[in-house]
Amino acid sequence: MIHSLFLVNSSGDIFLEKHWKSVVSRSVCDYFFEAQERASEPENVPPVIPTPHHYLISVLRHRIYFVAVIQSEVPPLFVIEFLHRVVDTFQDYFGVCTEAAIKDNVVVVYELLEEMLDNGFPLATESNILKELIKPPTILRTVVNTITGSTNVGEQLPTGQLSVVPWRRTGVKYTNNEAYFDVVEEIDAIIDKSGSTITAEIQGVIDACVKLTGMPDLTLSFMNPRLLDDVSFHPCVRFKRWEAERILSFIPPDGNFRLLSYHVSSQNLHPLRSTSLVAIPVYVKHNITFREGSSQGRFELTLGPKQTMGKGVEAVLVNSQLPRGVLNTNLNPSQGTYTFDPVTKLLTWDVGKINPQKLPSLKGSMSLQAGASKPDENPTINIQFKIQQSALSGLKVNRLDMYGEKYKPFKGIKYMTKAGKFQVRT
Amino acid sequence: MLSMSTNNSSYNDQGGADSAVEIGQETTPTSNSGAGFGLFSTDFKKNDDLKEMLENNKESLKLEAMKRIVGLIAKGKNASELFPAVVKNVASKNIELKKLVYVYLVRYAEEQQDLALLSISTFQRALKDPNQLIRASALRVLSSIRVPIIIPIMMLAIKEAASDMSPYVRKTSAHAIQKLYSLDPDQKEHLIEVIEKLLKDKSTLVAGSVVMAFEEVCPERIDLIHKNYRKLCNLLVDVEEWGQVVIISMLTRYARTQFTSPWREDGVFDENSERAFYESDEEKTRDDTEIKPYTMDPDHRLLLRNTKPLLQSRNTAVVMSVAQLYWHLAPRNEVSIVTKSLVRLLRSHREVQYIVLQNIATMSIQRKGMFEPYMKSFYVRSTDATHIKSLKLEILTNLANEANISTILREFQTYVKSQDKQFAAGTIQAIGRCATNISEVTDTCLNGLVLLLSNRDETVVAESVVVIKKLLQAQPSQHSDIIKHMAKLLDNITVSMARASILWLIGEYCERVPKIAPDVLRKMAKSFTSEEDIVKLQTVNLAAKLYLTNSKQTKLLTQYILNLGKYDQNYDIRDRTRFIRQLIVPNEKSGALSKYARRILLAPKPAPVLESAYKDRDRYQLGTLSHTINTKASGYLELSDWPAVAPDQSVRNVEVIEPVKEWAPSLGKTGKSKPAKSSDDKFYSDSGEEEEDEKGSGTSSSNDGSSSSSAESGSDAESDEDKSSSQSSEESEKSSSQSEKSSSESDIEQKKKKKMKKPPQKKNVKPPNKDSDSDENGNLARKASSSSAEDSSDSESGSVTDSDTEHQKSKVKPKEVKLQKEVSLLDLDDFTPGPATQPRSVLSPSLLTDLEGLSLSNISTMQVSGPAFVPEKSHNLLHRMTGKGLAAQYQFTRQPCLYQPNMVSVQISLTNTSDHRLEQIHIGERSPAGLKIHCFNTIEFLEPDASVTVSMGIDFNDSTQAANFQLCTKEDQFSVSIQPAVGDLFLAVTMTEQDFRKEQGKLQGMNECSATITVTAENTSSQPLNRRVAAMANVGVVPSGQDNVHRFAGKTACSGAVLLVTVELRESSAAVITINTEKSVMGSMLLRDLKKSLAQA
Repeated sequence: MIHSLFLVNSSGDIFLEKHWKSVVSRSVCDYFFEAQERASEPENVPPVIPTPHHYLISVLRHRIYFVAVIQSEVPPLFVIEFLHRVVDTFQDYFGVCTEAAIKDNVVVVYELLEEMLDNGFPLATESNILKELIKPPTILRTVVNTITGSTNVGEQLPTGQLSVVPWRRTGVKYTNNEAYFDVVEEIDAIIDKSGSTITAEIQGVIDACVKLTGMPDLTLSFMNPRLLDDVSFHPCVRFKRWEAERILSFIPPDGNFRLLSYHVSSQNLHPLRSTSLVAIPVYVKHNITFREGSSQGRFELTLGPKQTMGKGVEAVLVNSQLPRGVLNTNLNPSQGTYTFDPVTKLLTWDVGKINPQKLPSLKGSMSLQAGASKPDENPTINIQFKIQQSALSGLKVNRLDMYGEKYKPFKGIKYMTKAGKFQVRT
Repeated sequence: MLSMSTNNSSYNDQGGADSAVEIGQETTPTSNSGAGFGLFSTDFKKNDDLKEMLENNKESLKLEAMKRIVGLIAKGKNASELFPAVVKNVASKNIELKKLVYVYLVRYAEEQQDLALLSISTFQRALKDPNQLIRASALRVLSSIRVPIIIPIMMLAIKEAASDMSPYVRKTSAHAIQKLYSLDPDQKEHLIEVIEKLLKDKSTLVAGSVVMAFEEVCPERIDLIHKNYRKLCNLLVDVEEWGQVVIISMLTRYARTQFTSPWREDGVFDENSERAFYESDEEKTRDDTEIKPYTMDPDHRLLLRNTKPLLQSRNTAVVMSVAQLYWHLAPRNEVSIVTKSLVRLLRSHREVQYIVLQNIATMSIQRKGMFEPYMKSFYVRSTDATHIKSLKLEILTNLANEANISTILREFQTYVKSQDKQFAAGTIQAIGRCATNISEVTDTCLNGLVLLLSNRDETVVAESVVVIKKLLQAQPSQHSDIIKHMAKLLDNITVSMARASILWLIGEYCERVPKIAPDVLRKMAKSFTSEEDIVKLQTVNLAAKLYLTNSKQTKLLTQYILNLGKYDQNYDIRDRTRFIRQLIVPNEKSGALSKYARRILLAPKPAPVLESAYKDRDRYQLGTLSHTINTKASGYLELSDWPAVAPDQSVRNVEVIEPVKEWAPSLGKTGKSKPAKSSDDKFYSDSGEEEEDEKGSGTSSSNDGSSSSSAESGSDAESDEDKSSSQSSEESEKSSSQSEKSSSESDIEQKKKKKMKKPPQKKNVKPPNKDSDSDENGNLARKASSSSAEDSSDSESGSVTDSDTEHQKSKVKPKEVKLQKEVSLLDLDDFTPGPATQPRSVLSPSLLTDLEGLSLSNISTMQVSGPAFVPEKSHNLLHRMTGKGLAAQYQFTRQPCLYQPNMVSVQISLTNTSDHRLEQIHIGERSPAGLKIHCFNTIEFLEPDASVTVSMGIDFNDSTQAANFQLCTKEDQFSVSIQPAVGDLFLAVTMTEQDFRKEQGKLQGMNECSATITVTAENTSSQPLNRRVAAMANVGVVPSGQDNVHRFAGKTACSGAVLLVTVELRESSAAVITINTEKSVMGSMLLRDLKKSLAQA
């Protein structure tokens, strides 16, 4: 399956290579570099590149390309999913997945890659198992290791690999037993020029941080499970029980994991009201005009909250890719700060919190290239925001119960709504 | 490739120098590369330094050196010269050091084959290690070293590992198969044997890897799958996610060869390439349907049903593979269940989106309806990557129909204005496709495109021209003003493709624009020399056409252009010019052809069909690499067409004596009461049901439809029709070895189906009665039988060595030999239900301990002694969740039973974990009905959080069949089951060596079984050996005159049959275990347990 892996940084250097079968020369990456050159943006490099003898499947994360070399037919998603899992694991181990972090921990990286694949076929990808095999580097452990000469490599076969709950390590002990669940919803929307919603959907996840002793068996029930008709689960969730009772029943992995992700599309949110869509929590008033023949353009933008269920809209960030003809901007934000990069033409406005009494606005003028004709498209505005303590879809956790262990865990549930791919066309 | 190899060699040349530089930097790992070329002079010194460190005695220095070397390897630097120094450390005790040496070995062994051989013996030794982790990693490295000389050793190791007890090692051996195959394809035949064996493996850990090996080594041997098909389907949900992908794609291929098409003739599926074949197939089905409608093979249905839950997987590859399975295998009306999941994947990473969108694009051509409701999910965002945008566009175009076209066109209007001009051009093409596909909007689109002609961006205009040209060709009659408009544009447009298109249009329809055409030609003649080639060619074309239609006005112009063309630099244009001249200008040399010039040049041309680039992609299996790159990738396995007539279905049946087939759904769960002691124990942990019970419950359980019997898990024999049963069996699989989990599930089940609950039991053997049942039941039966066959074959291959099996065969009755399943054997052999006699005793547990050591022996030479070892392990009898607060655990005390000598005494501790007092705890109904249990006295009440320990006696009748009974409180009854290990059914006796020999002399031949094993180092001395044997079975040590022979004696609790165990140690840690007893089945079971125990650390 996966023959080799090359890690390529944004400047096109291979800084790590690993082979699971016979060695593939790194010159195979030349095909990748060619494609990279041809692509205008880093994201535009095609994920699958055929070469005369190999196929290159790559993912781009944290500005590092993970290029897998494949020799024969394999489902491309298999490789892509695996590569993303590798990145997730690195992130889990090193906190960040940057070139520097990987270079600093090259031995651990190598040990991890060795365990994750055997002959190119995934062997251990569960973070709980890997952590039993290879302990994540911490400052304390590094110090201890240098003094005592002990190692990061576990001596035991992770029992989880053989058990029926391969995702959970055994012998977990905590003095404070706690289970936290974050319900995070991201709203993806496209708003058209007139302010009406073209499409809106909610992508939700329930991320958990479970630190419980022993083998707890948890059940999580919802007030309105009907919302969740399009879900994907962590392997620990008992699917049959969900189907029958709409209850999440599971033995959790230890530590952080994504329990569930769900998708609420505008169709299934309000089955009774055919026209209603996902409630859009903010609105944007905009007036961006370029006049023919003039070297000036007008730019006005006002943001306001709507349908936020009384919660404040925070961490608002607006950015917009202005047309190429724009030379510079002269804008006045009523709050926050704005920047304009004359090279990339990227306008960023860090708004902060929206005060419903005094709506934030950004007004001013843009100077255009003299003599150039008026840009025929208005820029799209991308908005990011957060709303704490509320899940837009209205999903509510009813209760969390624990069986199988005797202690009383501390339980916490947090809700948050964020903007996902939230675009306003102007 | 040439450039690659040269590159490589030059790179290797530099390797040595580079590596040295890198070593210099490695000491400060964060330092930036590229700074240190000045260190060149210190190269060799640095390498020597590493060598010195490796040869040092200090582990920490060695480790440090290896870490630096791994750093070099990671950077792609050459560190091969350190090979001799590194390979010395291969046997290091330090695990991290060892692992790093492995990394190094695997990387360089191929280059330094001779030196690599030095390490082989270490791995060979490690392959025999009692620790499964070490065995597995030794096999991993051994098989990764690509040295052809060791192929026979690898082969041997693989064969051995394939029958290892640890599923983890077996998984590794499945991986090693692929490695060996890639090293030496000649080994194929041998490897197929191993694959065949591993395919029978019932561990979910192994399944994915062995199917991978199958796909790589022998994908054509589809016959190997037959017997394992149902097992794979049933295991699928619990296989790790990567294995799921592989298995699903293999099963897709399999199903296409084994089942008939579920696609009814009304389906509008075009299999372009195989159209003819398909049609004949269709006719056949049609003929058939007149008589009998299509019924899906239950195995086909099984596959579809068991893969469906995986659509909820978090792994996108799994979801995609299920989607393609449904696409290729499911009846038309069911395919759409995958839609939602596929659309959900679109939220994932960019790369995932790309692949999924590609597949949706292919699907949406054939099945618009599937994705139409999700049209808005394909709307393009300005932040999408370009290839994502164009795929979305593709899909939107495929989805367009009369109803939604206006919405889509409105959306397209936004895209046309995009700053990404490449995308805008793509949109214009999409509009063109919509216009040709949907005749209602052709005019609207055309008008829209004409408006775009005044766009400022040239690429947009050019693209519009090209698209308009294509559209006009379809219906030129009404659109002469558009042609005129475009003729005017010629002055402004510079994109050659667009100019060429306009010229072609004018030429083609020159009769509709008689005034403009010559004028255009005049302009073109003027600029001819500065035009692009493609424009020149079209100018020549235009001239020729005009010459034919309007020679009066254009004769001179044409001559002029032809002359220019004659001396053009491009030979294409010169050729074309010469050809045209001969064709249109009649002279004596031009033959008959010029007469037809008009018909040649101005022939009515069919309009081009604007179609999707994904039109033909479905010739590749969806989700594959070949589908993505639209060419056949190496190793792509063609998806065969449906067979017209299904091959024999019975090949998937596995013929054995059928185990009990009916189960109440909650049954499997109670199996938890005996948690697995070792990974293999779960083979016995399953529960079965009594024959007698079956008749009574026949109706209800066939409604439940659940059947479960497999040794490893209930899910192996899943019923076909009933959802709840499939649920239960899946749960039961988990539960059989995982108690907490199952308890919660059984809790629910219990609420639902309390009435139907049956006490679980050890599996019972029952003659096959396939024909006696209805269709559904017959199917059930077949399934159940299949699983048990897998069972038996597995237990044969998995845990008994060949010689042993034969030995066993020779001893047991023929009927049992056919089964080869120790558990079942035992039941059949030793199960003789006696009348129930339940003397009630008032002895308390404390009294029991007081009486400990009292001799109950009645055999003169043998004295029943106290147990040498009492296992402290207690087993779950009733989980507190299942028991509504009542928790029970049991433990074998290994004491002689006070109540009746032929009973085994069991201690049960009951705990009340509920918040109310539990009253009247007692034992209720038991099964089999003849089961003799000495019950404890009814406990009047148990306060919350209080616990009490009681003892009871059970007559297991010298079989490991579970004792099932009901534990009752005042309100509730809970079915529980006590499952003895074979070693607990004995009583330790003491005897002299002479007596031992004498007894042994009586128990020869059929009553003897033995095996040679390799014991671990620590087990070679008498103390640990005695302890291990005593832990495994309740036997007493017989004093022995020889140092290397250890003897143990015991007798069975029920019949008092003598059991003699001899362990004879030989050189090089080999040992022969001999067991003499008339209860030969128990003997062989014990033998196996002992083998396992002694071979383990």
